[in-house]
Amino acid sequence: MAFLSYLINGLSLGSVYAIIALGYTMVYGIAKMLNFAHGDIMMVGAFVAFFALNSFGLPVIVSVVLSMLATTVLGVVIERLAYKPLRQATSLSVLITAIGVSYFLQNGAQLLWSSSTKVFPSIIGNGSLKLFGGQLQISYLTLVTIFVCVAVMVCLTLFINKTKTGMAMRACSEDKGAATLMGINVNSIISITFAIGSGIAALAAVLLCATYPTLSPTLGSMPGIKAFTAAVFGGIGSIPGAFLGGLLLGVIEILSKAYVSTQLSDAIVFAVLIIVLLIKPTGLLGKKLSEKV
Amino acid sequence: MKTNKNFFAKLFTREYRSRLISFLIIILGYIVIELLMATGNLSSMFQSLLVPVTCYIVAALGLNLNVGVSGELNLGQAGFMCIGAFAGVCISGALAGVISNGIIRLIIAIIIGALLASLFGILIGIPVLKLQGDYLAIVTLAFGEIIKSLINNVYVGFDSNGFQFSFVENKLKLAPGGKALISGPMGATGTQRIATFTVGVILILAALTIIYNLIYSRSGRAIQACRDNRIAAESVGIHVANTKMLAFVVSAALAGAAGALYGLNYTTLIPSKFGFNLSILILVYVVLGGLGNMTGTIISTIVLVLLPELLRGLQDYRMIIYSVILILTMILSNNEKVKTFAAGLRKKLTRNRTKEAAADE
Amino acid sequence: MSENKIPVLEVIDLGIDFGGLTAVNDFNLKVYNNEIVGLIGPNGAGKTTVFNMLTKVYQPSRGTIKFCGQDTARMSVVEMNKAGIARTFQNIRLFSNMSVIDNVKIGMNNQITYNNVEAVLRLPKYREQEAKVTEEAMELLRIFGLDKDADLIAGNLPYGAQRRLEIARAMATKPKLLLLDEPAAGMNPQETADLMDMIRFVRDHFHIAILLIEHDMKLVMGICERISVLNYGMLLAEGTPAEIQANPQVIKAYLGE
Repeated sequence: MAFLSYLINGLSLGSVYAIIALGYTMVYGIAKMLNFAHGDIMMVGAFVAFFALNSFGLPVIVSVVLSMLATTVLGVVIERLAYKPLRQATSLSVLITAIGVSYFLQNGAQLLWSSSTKVFPSIIGNGSLKLFGGQLQISYLTLVTIFVCVAVMVCLTLFINKTKTGMAMRACSEDKGAATLMGINVNSIISITFAIGSGIAALAAVLLCATYPTLSPTLGSMPGIKAFTAAVFGGIGSIPGAFLGGLLLGVIEILSKAYVSTQLSDAIVFAVLIIVLLIKPTGLLGKKLSEKV
Repeated sequence: MKTNKNFFAKLFTREYRSRLISFLIIILGYIVIELLMATGNLSSMFQSLLVPVTCYIVAALGLNLNVGVSGELNLGQAGFMCIGAFAGVCISGALAGVISNGIIRLIIAIIIGALLASLFGILIGIPVLKLQGDYLAIVTLAFGEIIKSLINNVYVGFDSNGFQFSFVENKLKLAPGGKALISGPMGATGTQRIATFTVGVILILAALTIIYNLIYSRSGRAIQACRDNRIAAESVGIHVANTKMLAFVVSAALAGAAGALYGLNYTTLIPSKFGFNLSILILVYVVLGGLGNMTGTIISTIVLVLLPELLRGLQDYRMIIYSVILILTMILSNNEKVKTFAAGLRKKLTRNRTKEAAADE
Repeated sequence: MSENKIPVLEVIDLGIDFGGLTAVNDFNLKVYNNEIVGLIGPNGAGKTTVFNMLTKVYQPSRGTIKFCGQDTARMSVVEMNKAGIARTFQNIRLFSNMSVIDNVKIGMNNQITYNNVEAVLRLPKYREQEAKVTEEAMELLRIFGLDKDADLIAGNLPYGAQRRLEIARAMATKPKLLLLDEPAAGMNPQETADLMDMIRFVRDHFHIAILLIEHDMKLVMGICERISVLNYGMLLAEGTPAEIQANPQVIKAYLGE
């Protein structure tokens, strides 16, 4: 029974990773860049939600929507100002710029908000679902987290596969040049990608902070790295891959914390990633790349 | 007279010019700083930065061989520094009773740090270098994090029976007179500070010599060939995996040496200092200095270490300004107009130089 | 040609499949020393695929490749080059950020015996061998008319010069067999004529065998002693240029019905 409970906690943490990883993977798939600032965009979302809930006493739903709006705008603005001028640059230049943006957001948050410790308010309450005569308790928060993740995943898949914009996004990820010739505005597609990726990051932020309620300007870094790992784990650029990678990563982390060692859980997570990549060099669901000679 | 002229001609070939400039910067910088210190004009804050700067330069030079010359993105350089640092601390601590001379102990620690880091480099390189591009980058990141979190759980002590190790929990039972060298997340404590700026400068010069001499040799050409075109390199008989391994291991060794120097510069040192952020910081030095450009790496490391300190007057805003400078540098250096302008400027300069040379004839 | 001699290259019933699709099948070829052999065929016939198999970029699904009488079944790309096969690429693959002379020196890497320690310490062995390699590389560049550009960055050379540099780099590995994949592609008539002289000179000067893929019929008919024609992955015809030109099947394959 304990195992089941760990598993569910793992799925819950994994759901948060998966939502962040979706943002990473979408941006990678279309803009072919590693947006290292993604975790920090999430952090900003957490602070916005915190102030909406705490300082303005807004309802949870309104706060979440506000927070999503803020990160969406932030994502688009960052893309326009910092990444767009670098469309033709090497991927390393873009990577360094993303790191610069990450520093900027972290230190900006430090400057604006960090004078005191902030504890994220409870948004769902402490109730839990009791199963097997109380032997297995699943908190409502856990259920909501997993539900939100699945919902986001389903909506995104529908959006990518069924809408015209989604089709344009797939075209851009295959071949930007050809997409332009077909009359697709690549710049606006990239903006939309950033908007969606950043918007859902706010969801992840609220869910993460509801579980681990201490806010700090660096709260985005470690989940950011983990989500990036999850995206690579599943095959970067692949949306189902990010979902699967995120969930697996969360489960592995919680299980190794429970059964091996708390201190070594990170090492185990990364070791599993390495083993997966050695067996499947492009991740679990990644496409195989080959060079024409 | 003729040999003399040849000598100068040789100095100004492409190979020797970059080498000369980087050596001059380091040596002149060293002399200036020693003079400032001797006359008491260097604030203690700057003095405390001297050894770390030399460490960062050495680690960044190594990384530039890996990222710039070999063309493989490595996000785990801090992991190799971590190995070097704690290996260095252990060796120095163990030898404290045997060798009283700090400099000799420091040099031994640096060599052991470099060797151990390169050993890990080989172990990690065998699986990692099979991957390509961003996948290789993430695996190096993962290895860096693994190394950090393993050392976070290592307890090392030294007593009359030699080294004692323990993992995850502190189970060290040291004989009387023994001392704990690494205590898990607390890291190294009570380290004797034996690192000196002079040794750091010598280490930089050694690193530069190794890298330049390697680049202008058979292996260096092979490394660049594998970067430019893997398939063509194989077609002329170059073993790509071995070649990339060489760059990776030399880079790891230099990071290990830098780490040992770094570790012996502080009385206490925690493993979490060598996280992903440090790897990124060193990568930033390399990219801003220019890929494959060793002189650029040296200059950008010095500037970027000093920048936050120089901005200290602006207090809270300094890291924001730092990040904006980082972003703007990247955007401007990739801007077509700026590029054409710089190319034009360079052309003008070289034209002037050739004119002068023609006038000399 | 002398039929009793061992051929430099002997290909027997070579074939390769890509995911169920047969790209090349039952391909046979013999190339003797000092010979220039052409491999022609319409686009998509599988010519470059044959080259890729000969150099082990692709592992053949069937058949045997014998090089100087030795079976090469278990050899890798690197080992094929060390055995004595060098090639150029249809889409030029130079080390484009390196200097022209370094591109050639790379080809000589396996002839250099100093190790990394000797290189880092600049011991006499390093100096001697580097001097020798530089001299040999300059000699090769002179043959290919690139000696004045030795210090330029290879990627900045004009197209024709890049093709010549690729041949120089391949020759630097001291091959017994040189594979040229469309060496005249993108060259103007004058450059092509010069290239023909150069290919002949290389064969006569270094006494090697040359197998080349080319669409320029003037070049193929002008310098090849024998020609093999590939169509839909199968050998359509082989013979002297005159025989090939008169072969009705070849004409049909090129011009259609």
